[in-house]
This record gives sequence, C-alpha cells and structure tokens, in this order.
Amino acid sequence: MQIMSLFPEWILSHGAASIVIIPLLLAVITAVNSSARLAWATVLGVTALCAFTALGLLLQVMSFGPIHYNMGGWAPPMGIGYYIDGLNAPLLLLISVVAFLCTLYALPSVVAEVEPKKHGPFYAAFLISLAGLLGMVATADAFNVFVFLEVSSISTYVLVAMGASRDRRALSSSFNYLIMGSIGATFFVIGIGFLYMQTGTLNMMDMARLLQEIGPGDRVVQLAFAFIAIGLGLKLAMFPLHMWLPGAYAYAPSFFTAFLAATATKAALYLLLRFTFTVFDPNWDYIAIAVMILLAGMGILGMVAASLQAIFQNDIRRVLAYSSVAQVGYMLLGVGMATTLGLTAGYLHMINHAIMKGALFLAVGAFWYRFGITQVSDMRGLGKTMPWTMAGFTIAGISLIGVPGTVGFVSKLILVEAAAENGWWWAIGVIVATSVLAIIYVGRMIEQAYFKPVPQINDRPVRRNEAPLAMLIPLWVLALASLAFGIQTEWLMNLAEAAAQVLSAGSNTVIPGGAYALPAPIGGH
Amino acid sequence: MLELFASFSPAFILIAAGVLAGFIPTSKSGSFISKVLMVGAPALALVCINVIYYGQTENTYLGGQLSFAGIELTTLRIDSLSIIWGYIFCFAGILNGIYGLHEKCKITDTSALIYTGAGVGAVFAGDLITLFMFWELLALSSVFIVWRGGPKSYPAGMRYLAMHILSGVLLLAGLVIYGRATGSYAFNNIGLDMPGGWLIFLAFGIKAGFPLLHNWIQDSYPRSSVTGTVILSVFTTKLAIYALARGFAGTEILIYIGAVMTVFPVFFAVLENDLRKVLSYSLNNQLGFMVVGIGIGSQLALNGVAAHMVSHILYKSLLFMSMGAVLHRVGTIKASELGGLFRSMPYTAVFCMIGAAAISAVPLFAGFVSKAMIITAVFENGHLVVYAMLLFASAGVLEHSGIKVPYFAFFAHDSGKRVKEAPWNMLTAMGITAFLCIYLAIPGTYGGMQYLYGLLPSEVAGAAKYNPYTDYHVIFQMQLIMAAVFAFALLKRIGFYPPERRAEILDFDWTYRRLGLSLLQWGNAMWSRLGAVIIYALRGMFGNISRRLYQVFSPAGALSYAAPSGIAAVLIAGMLAVTLFVVYFL
Repeated sequence: MQIMSLFPEWILSHGAASIVIIPLLLAVITAVNSSARLAWATVLGVTALCAFTALGLLLQVMSFGPIHYNMGGWAPPMGIGYYIDGLNAPLLLLISVVAFLCTLYALPSVVAEVEPKKHGPFYAAFLISLAGLLGMVATADAFNVFVFLEVSSISTYVLVAMGASRDRRALSSSFNYLIMGSIGATFFVIGIGFLYMQTGTLNMMDMARLLQEIGPGDRVVQLAFAFIAIGLGLKLAMFPLHMWLPGAYAYAPSFFTAFLAATATKAALYLLLRFTFTVFDPNWDYIAIAVMILLAGMGILGMVAASLQAIFQNDIRRVLAYSSVAQVGYMLLGVGMATTLGLTAGYLHMINHAIMKGALFLAVGAFWYRFGITQVSDMRGLGKTMPWTMAGFTIAGISLIGVPGTVGFVSKLILVEAAAENGWWWAIGVIVATSVLAIIYVGRMIEQAYFKPVPQINDRPVRRNEAPLAMLIPLWVLALASLAFGIQTEWLMNLAEAAAQVLSAGSNTVIPGGAYALPAPIGGH
Repeated sequence: MLELFASFSPAFILIAAGVLAGFIPTSKSGSFISKVLMVGAPALALVCINVIYYGQTENTYLGGQLSFAGIELTTLRIDSLSIIWGYIFCFAGILNGIYGLHEKCKITDTSALIYTGAGVGAVFAGDLITLFMFWELLALSSVFIVWRGGPKSYPAGMRYLAMHILSGVLLLAGLVIYGRATGSYAFNNIGLDMPGGWLIFLAFGIKAGFPLLHNWIQDSYPRSSVTGTVILSVFTTKLAIYALARGFAGTEILIYIGAVMTVFPVFFAVLENDLRKVLSYSLNNQLGFMVVGIGIGSQLALNGVAAHMVSHILYKSLLFMSMGAVLHRVGTIKASELGGLFRSMPYTAVFCMIGAAAISAVPLFAGFVSKAMIITAVFENGHLVVYAMLLFASAGVLEHSGIKVPYFAFFAHDSGKRVKEAPWNMLTAMGITAFLCIYLAIPGTYGGMQYLYGLLPSEVAGAAKYNPYTDYHVIFQMQLIMAAVFAFALLKRIGFYPPERRAEILDFDWTYRRLGLSLLQWGNAMWSRLGAVIIYALRGMFGNISRRLYQVFSPAGALSYAAPSGIAAVLIAGMLAVTLFVVYFL
C-alpha cells in the first residue's frame, strides 16, 4: 500500500464527492474571469486535480473494494449516495485524463477557433460539462444521474454552438442535438419516474433490492426499462438514434470534439450497463431478450451501416464520427452477448476507443489549425508537411483498424473470442467484414497523406508546418498509449475484467439496505 | 542485453533497427549509419540466436512466455526445425544489406529490416497468435518494398497486399476456431482434420504460392526495385514453407499440390520475356519441391525440405542479385533487349552461372545435395507419378533458369550494350553467395556439406546417413542435365524461343512458328475480348452496387440528411415502440 501514501487524506476520504464538486465550483470563477490565459490555467489545474483524484479513487477501489460516500453525511435512501466500484472508477480516470490532455491542447486551438471575449465562458462551460460527466458516472442516485446528465448535456449544446465562429453549421447541429438530447433525457427521467413510482426510492441499490422483491412480471417496471434504454441509447449514439452525433462532432471546436468523442458516449454507455445489469436483473427474460435483440442487434446493424457511411464521407470529422457510431456498435455487440467475456470485450473496447478516437480528433484539429483542412481530399502530402501529427494520426488509425500491436486489436480479438464462445460465428464474420471497411476509410486518409504529392502554391510545394508542441504532446500521449496498451495488455484487461465481474455479479450481490456505513478506515498511512 | 531478447524474440533487434533507420536523417553520415544497421542488425540477431540456443542444454528453447489478453503466448521457440530457418533468414538479411549498400532509400532500409525481423519472429513463434502478428507485419512491411518499383508497381502492390491480408484473415479465423476447439494456441502439428485446419492451410497456401493462389509472386516480385526483388524473394514464401512443415507435415494432399506446383510454372517461364519474371516462375517451381517434401513427411523428406530451403534461398538470391545488377546497369531486363553482356559484366556473368548451376542441381553445386534428398524420399515412398513429374520439373528448371536466364542476358546475340561492371558491393554480396552455393555442396572434411547437413532437423538422417554423391545419382543427374541441354539446343535451333528473331533458313520452321504464333495471337485476342466482356459486365454490376451504396450512404445520400429533428423524434418513438414490443411480447 506504499503507493496510497502518495495521496493526501482528503482524496481518499472525500474524493468521490470532490471530483465532481471542484470543477463545478471553479466553473463559476472561470466564467467571470476576463483573462483567457488565467481561465485556461484554472481549467488545467482543475483537470489535473481531477485526474489525480480519479487515480487515487481507482487505486483505492482496486485495493480496498467499492467506496460508499454519503453526500453531506446524509445516508441513503434519504440523502444522495456516491458509489465507486470497479465499473465506474476506470471511467472516472479516463474522463479526467482525457479532459486534462484536451485542456493542454486547447491553449492554441481555442485561440484560433473561439471569439476572444467568449474564452472565459467557454472554459467555464467545459468545466461544467466535465463535472456533469463525472457526476453521472460517480453518483448512485438515479435522479442525481438525470441532473448531471442534463448538466453535461446543456453545457455540451453550448460548446457545440460555439464552433459557429468557425462554421455556421455548428448552430443547426447544436439545435438538432438540443432537441434530440432533450428527448433522450426526458425519456430517461420518465423511466426513473416509473421506477420511483414502483419502488419509492431513488438510490440505485435500494431500487435493485426492491425490484427483486417486485419480480420480473411488473408491467410498469418493464415500461421503465424501455424508456431508460431508449433514452440512454440516444445519448450513447446507438445506431438509428445516432443522428445528432455526426453534426455535433463535425462542427464543435476541435478540442471539444476530441473530448466529446472520447468521453460523452462512454459515460452514457456506462449508465446503460449500470441500469441494465445491476439495477434491473439480466436474468429476467425480457431483459435478456432486449439485451440480445436491442443491444447486439442494433450493434451489428450500426457496425455495418455506419462503417459504410464513413467510407463515403468527404469531411474528415464526419468520417471519424460515423466510425464512432460503428465502434459503439462493437461495444454494444460485446455487451449484448451478456457473458463475462463479452462484457469484458465491450468495456475494454470502450476504453480503447476513447484512447484512439481522442488521438484521431486531436490530430484532425491540428490539421485545421495549421492548414484549415477539413476534407479528406485536402489531406494530400500531410505526411511531409506535418510529419509528426500525421504519424500520430496514423498510429491511432491503424489501431482503429485493429492491426496487431495496437489496442484496437486487443479488444477486437477478445470480442471475436467472446463471439466464438457464444457460438455466434456470423458475428465474427461481421466483425472481420467491418474491419475491412475500416481499412478502407482509414486507408483512404493515410493514402492521401503519404502517397499523394504535397500541394503546390505558386509552383512551390507547401512548406513543412508542424503543429505546436501543446497540440503534439496530448496527441502523442494518446497515440503512444494506444501502442503501449496494445503490447502491455495486462493492466487494461484487469480493469475490464473487474468491471465485467461487477456486471455479471448483477443485482443479486448488491449489499442490502443496511450497508450504507461510512467507508472503512483506510489503512497503510 | 541478450537476456532481454531471449525473453522476447531476437526479431526485435531487427524491428528496432528498422524503426531507428526510419528516423535517421538522409544526410551523408545518416545514410552511413542506416547502412551499418542494415548489415549489423541481422548479424547481431544471428549471434543472439546462437547464444540463446547454445547457451542452454535443452533441445528446444522456449522463451518469452507472456499472457496477452488472457491467452498464454510463447513468443520464442528455438528448436531443431526453426533454428535453420532463423540462421538463413538472418544471413540473407546480411547479404541483402551488403547488396543494397549503394542505394540511398529510407523506405527500403526501414521496411527491409522490419520485414526481415517479421520473418525471423514468425519462424520462432511458439504459438499461433504470435505467428499471426508477425504474419501480418510481414505483409505490411513488404508491400512498401514492392511499391519502391515505381508507379507501375503500385497496383501490383495493392493486389499483393490484398492477397496477404486475405491470408492473414484466414489465418486469424482458422486459429480462433482451432484454439477454441483444442483449448490451446500452441503452434505444433495441426492437420487438416482439426477444426479450422483448412482455413489455416489455405492461409499458408496463399503465402506458399499454391497453384491458382500463386499469381501474386509473378505479379509483384518482378515489379519491385533492384534491391527490393532480392529481399522479397527470401522471406515470405520460405516462411510459408516453414509453417507448412510445422503444421502440416505428412499431409498427403501436399504431395499432389507440390507436384503441380513444380510442373506448371515451367511452361510459363519458358515463354516469358522478362527475366526477373522467369525467375519468379522458377521460384514457384522450387517451392513445389519443398511442398512435395512436406507432403511426404518422412524424416529424410523434411531434412530435404530444410536443406533445399537453405540452398534455394542462396541460389535464388544470387540469380535475382545478378539480374538486379543487370537491371541496375542496363536499365532493362527484357530478354529480347539483352545479350552479350558477358563482355562488360564478366563477374556478374560468372556469378549468375554459378547460381544457374546450383538451381539446376549440377553435382558440386548447392541444389544437388538438397534436391536429391526430396526426390529420393519421393521415390522411396513409391509415388512414381509424382517422381516422374519432379524429374520433368527438374529438367524444366534447367531449361528456363539454368540456361535461359544466363544465356539471354550474357550471351545470345550481342545487343551492343556496353556498360560498367556491377558496383563493388553487389559483387561482394554475389561473391559470398556464389561461394556458399559451391562450398555447401562439397563433401568431405574440407567441404561445407557436413555443416549444412549438421543443421538439419532430424538427427536420424543427419550428416553421416545421407550421401548424395553415389555413382548412380551423379550419373543420373548428369544425364538429366545433358538431356535438358540437348533439348534447349534443339528448341533453340528450331527457333522456339520468341525473343530470338534471326532469320531462319528452313521454310518449315518459319511456317511452324508463324502458325504457332498466330494461333497464340488468336487465342490471346479471343481471351482479351472475353476478358473485356467479363470486365464490362462486372464493372456494370459493381458500378450499380456502388452507385446504390453511394446513393444511400454518401453525404448527399438518403441516410445522411442533416436530419430534421421531427424525423428524428419519430424515429425515437419508433424505437421505443420496438423496445416495448420486445419487452412486452417476446
């Protein structure tokens, strides 16, 4: 437990709450800040602190088991409880680390993309969005989930709309997202309402315990499940409900697209997992069937359709956005198998996809920053004009394809294994086929960059113009991570297996009502 | 230092050197460093393999056990079968390095080193997952070498890549099925009866150039650069031979596949004008001998396969090197435009003839001591038809590689081309290879045959047991050679070889050739017309499909309208209805 002594006392005892509250509070200060630099520095500090706290929480969960935290000392079901276990601790770390890297990247990028006088509010909105995501992942209170879902969504609409100074289409995309996102959130809260009606509690564990008493036959609970699944399905861009995503990804400011792509859909997927597998009971017939037909079925459809759509796009960010929808399909397919191995594959792919898609979007932002590139056809010669950025892009790209030695390969391999274990041979066929489609849409960009000549201006080839270090460092951290975790697979695998165990244990092992004691005293320091 | 690679794979020396070479600037000193890497890294890997294997007493060295995503891997297995492949791969890497010293090309240096590393790594792979990873790396790194051949090689490279990706996909699918069925991913004898066995077999078969799966060899190899073809000819196909020997030794169907492989390229090679393409066909034919040997699967046959693989790498590299030198100096490799080059490139001519003698299995040259084992094994096992086919193929090899290549390049009618001798580094590489082609075939205390035989996998038929230099065998081989030379002379006399267009006196010959030629031309014209019709039909069909796909999926397509929120809301409601239906009624 030597490593635990590196973390100050308050992180270990109050980390679960402070990781959410700190960004929320500092957002207010940032909003009224007139100096863009100072605002940026605040955000950088906050995200670093969040990442540090999340690491502390993760280590604590790994060594001492789940953390129960009662907000303000009020024990659930009266008060709001926070609950960190193997399922959400890695996600907290992922979100805050990606936020930190994106903030680093934001310094040059935001200056170029957002009107100067809006910098303070912009960073504030980012902090609120971060707090919302962290909150919806950390909380154990169903209504609190809704609140944070809306907190993060509303700030996201604002941030997407701020891309308007670059491209006016950001406004209509943001509006679309607002409408659809609100429908999704409403569906979710309707579902929660039904559950509250039947159980009289909002705490998830309490809910799970009472739902077990009610049993699988209750029509209202079934209705609640449908509403919650669709509401969250919209948020996580499940295939036919993904229509908000390409616009939002394509026109938001570069750094926010990277953050959104790496985290937002993941947080929603986490909620879907949490509700389906630990609040409801996956052993109930209708849940089992819905998981298989809805999640795996829509996953497969999404993998094929969105990959095809990615191939025909001209805008780089739209290519990557449709590829995101397809990758969500992989995660859903893994989850839809509902076996431990399948859940591991889905969860692992969720983390891996965040790493590689984050890197890709950061690189694309750098292309725009230096040369104003948004179209695939404009990427020609980038291998010469921005060699380091393009190299990072390529690493993440081959990881997206699933070339051995990268993270993309690891999760696809486990997904294939899980499908084979289930005897879903057709799913293996689809995985292989969509990987070939991924070769096409990634290969198209790589081909432009490396095999087409550098464009000429006034009969002279364009000079080399590498992205600034503040952009290169986060990009390369993620690119190298996608290589490192592709070779050293142990660490992420352990995390994913722990998460899958939480899910397979299901609602049956949830500690009954009496277990809301204060966290056990932490030893070792 | 070496312990590090002992617990992973010596292949990483080469791969790391390759990555390093990619980052070295192209200045004068930079290219010097990358040349040092090109020669030094394979040498270091060779030493490393030796130290690891002989630094312990076991017959099989297993290392690099690690757990990858829950599967136990063994990334390093050196045993009596794999070590000979490892040695010759590293050695070929050194030769390629020397041969390419004059060339300043970062892409070739980097990809050649990684390609070599992938070959070595795959040979030492103890399990199918590791094999698969290096299998893919091999394909990805080598395609850049194909592309170095200039703009014409780009489509060939794409076709090459497609074939190899297909091979990788088949291997992956096969190994998953196999691993699930047996619960182990270890790479040992697989056999066709196992689940997934056929998939793995096909994957190996593509790389080994089975008939009808062979086209990528003749398609891509002749199109690469001067040095590229030499590098390419070593690793990919011989790795496939190793994989077959490891996984499918004694599979009977391989005997017939191999026999067909030896025979059919002969005809194409005789007709072909591009001399590097001739060599590519003969590469395919030589692989056939090894495949037959694997199919027989007896100890003598497998020893023959390993020995033939070693001598084949040497003489085939030597031939490709000499043709590369010709291409480098003259700028063409068409038989019809060459001739008489022995005047200006005497050393290259001598080396080429040594390679030709070795591939023709002339006694006292490398091909003789290795091919004999395979043919003897076939005879001992009573496959007489196959035996006859192999004899025919041996004569055929002699025809096109042994005689045609050196004859048209260096002798024949004088093309009038006067060029410089090949650069010193090419001559050095060719000289070393030529020396080995002879040395390894010399029996007795001072000869090198004992070393070659000493390395062979099965001890039983090792150094002392097999002797190719029996009177019967030597005389038989000489007869075969004489017959082939006679046939060449005869065919030459009646003007069978297309590039030679001197006026003949006999009317009959002229008519004969004219008739044959016009028949060929007619056939060719019909064939291309048929091909055009088929292509037109296919294009129409695929054009339709892709247009439909485009209409649906493109940015302007049906699925991509910046969806008005109303439609989206209806869709959401629809999804809710579907979900409710599922939840309520299923």
